[in-house]
Amino acid sequence: MYVLRRLLALVGVLLVSSFLVFAAMYAAPGSPENFLVQGRTVTPEVLAAIRRQYSLDDPFLVRFWNWLTGVLHGDFGQSLTNRQEVGDLLANRLPTTLTLVAMAAVLIVVLGVGLGIVAGVRDGVVDKIVVLGSTVGFAVPTFFAALLLMSVFSVWLGWFPVFGSGEGFADRLWHLTLPALALALPSAAVVARITRTAIRDERDSEHAVMAIARGVPSRIVMRRHLVRNSMLPVSTVVGVHIAGLIAGSFVVEYAFTLDGLGTLLVTAVQTKDFAVVQAIAIVLVAGFGIINLLVDLLYAAIDPRVGSRHTA
Amino acid sequence: MKRFVHRMGPLGMVAVGILLLVVLGALSAPLIAPYDPTIGSVTQRYLGPSAAHLLGTDQAGRDIFSRLLWGARSSLIGPLIVVCVTAALGTLIALTSVWWGGAVDSLLSRLLDLLFAFPNLLLAMLAIAVFGPGLLTAAFALAIAYIPYTARVIRSTALRERNLPYVRSPELQGITGPTIAVRHLLPNVAPLIVTGATINFGFAMIELAALSFLGLGVQPPQADWGLMVANGQQSLLKGYPAESILAGLCIVLTVASLGYVGDKLGGRAAAGRKA
Repeated sequence: MYVLRRLLALVGVLLVSSFLVFAAMYAAPGSPENFLVQGRTVTPEVLAAIRRQYSLDDPFLVRFWNWLTGVLHGDFGQSLTNRQEVGDLLANRLPTTLTLVAMAAVLIVVLGVGLGIVAGVRDGVVDKIVVLGSTVGFAVPTFFAALLLMSVFSVWLGWFPVFGSGEGFADRLWHLTLPALALALPSAAVVARITRTAIRDERDSEHAVMAIARGVPSRIVMRRHLVRNSMLPVSTVVGVHIAGLIAGSFVVEYAFTLDGLGTLLVTAVQTKDFAVVQAIAIVLVAGFGIINLLVDLLYAAIDPRVGSRHTA
Repeated sequence: MKRFVHRMGPLGMVAVGILLLVVLGALSAPLIAPYDPTIGSVTQRYLGPSAAHLLGTDQAGRDIFSRLLWGARSSLIGPLIVVCVTAALGTLIALTSVWWGGAVDSLLSRLLDLLFAFPNLLLAMLAIAVFGPGLLTAAFALAIAYIPYTARVIRSTALRERNLPYVRSPELQGITGPTIAVRHLLPNVAPLIVTGATINFGFAMIELAALSFLGLGVQPPQADWGLMVANGQQSLLKGYPAESILAGLCIVLTVASLGYVGDKLGGRAAAGRKA
């Protein structure tokens, strides 16, 4: 029930936001046919023909309806700049962005939670380094991290390629390592800090102290008492940050000139290619919503109380 | 003042000092910047640090120190617009929905949910697609994107205060809603607004710098830290790292200081951010 209601809400949000995005593009100053003729002087007949070709004379609601039914059939229309099918453009760009976001998500979990646990369990220098690192790491903008990583590991040491997303799976992973690292860094910093706090709270709790007093081996106390209980607050934060990667990926893709959705969106915004902009916006809002939904479901799976509270 | 110093601690005072320095630099840029930040000279490209150019020059022969000083202005004004607009509109929405409750509350909550569905940067880029690139467009769009965070926190606190006697009794006396909201509710949520704004300022600075980096925020040849990091990318790869690194460090130091001060004031929770 809970899942169904959330899915319906997501569909509703998608419908309303696609309407808003379409309306905003419709109301934008500057007319599309002037953009299409690109400043050349043309006869009114040609202009009228262009308007007909792109059905610019239809009333607003008719155009929205045509666009929406097209999108539901997988037809996102044509790009205004190069006449390509927007759907094909998206399909070409999607793998890079998905791989990048997935790699960054793994890095956030591994680096963030791993370092957080280490800092939570060990006192002294290790802890201090992680805490300081997370304060500074959070303040490093992804594009700056990208430049630093690029100049050290690609230009100076030559370990990784500077630009491009690579061919084939292994090559792509290799090309995307630095971008994913740059993208994950600020979020990993936050996750590490939250994990550290959560572990420390659990370490002082009665059940953990009691377990140690009973003589339960420390590995088991760690796994069953500390880590497991501290994952609740951590999983929310991880979820928020993984959803946030979608927007963050634009910037990193641009910095490394990867051929992902983000670079496509940036060029489309710069050239006012509205067909592409609104298609990417809808795809991203959908992706954002789906990740948020998955995170909430995961949260309910970890903590049974959450699901029952929602359905009640 | 003494309580403030005590609350901040030594590291916190360093952070406050850095922030004061940045603000001072931004305010006095026209007085102390030795060169025009937008005019360079072809013969002066890529100079190292010297008495004439404290931090050297960039690929267009412009003085990096002057550009950092002037860049502090747009890098601070942008986030300032964001937090002011967010705080004003967020508080207005929160107090309105708390005061009237019922249908008004649920309508406004739906509206905030809808805003939550858009990643912040995406919303800003959509606004820029419609209205064209520029600092003002980017700042206002981000402000809209931040409203749900602020509004949600203030709403939940104000909701608690709504039924307390100091709010109920003037209501019984027939004093109008807006008056009570401004006189009694607002002062009680004010600390929350300030802390939220401090945290949001850091987020806004990073995201506005990112937009400038993408070429969608502050436009060249104006000086801006995010833009300088982007401009310096080519020079960095050619072996002249000064411009990118220094501008990036300015952002990192300012944001880290803001984050530290914000944490001491009340933490990210006050900004309505889970993290």
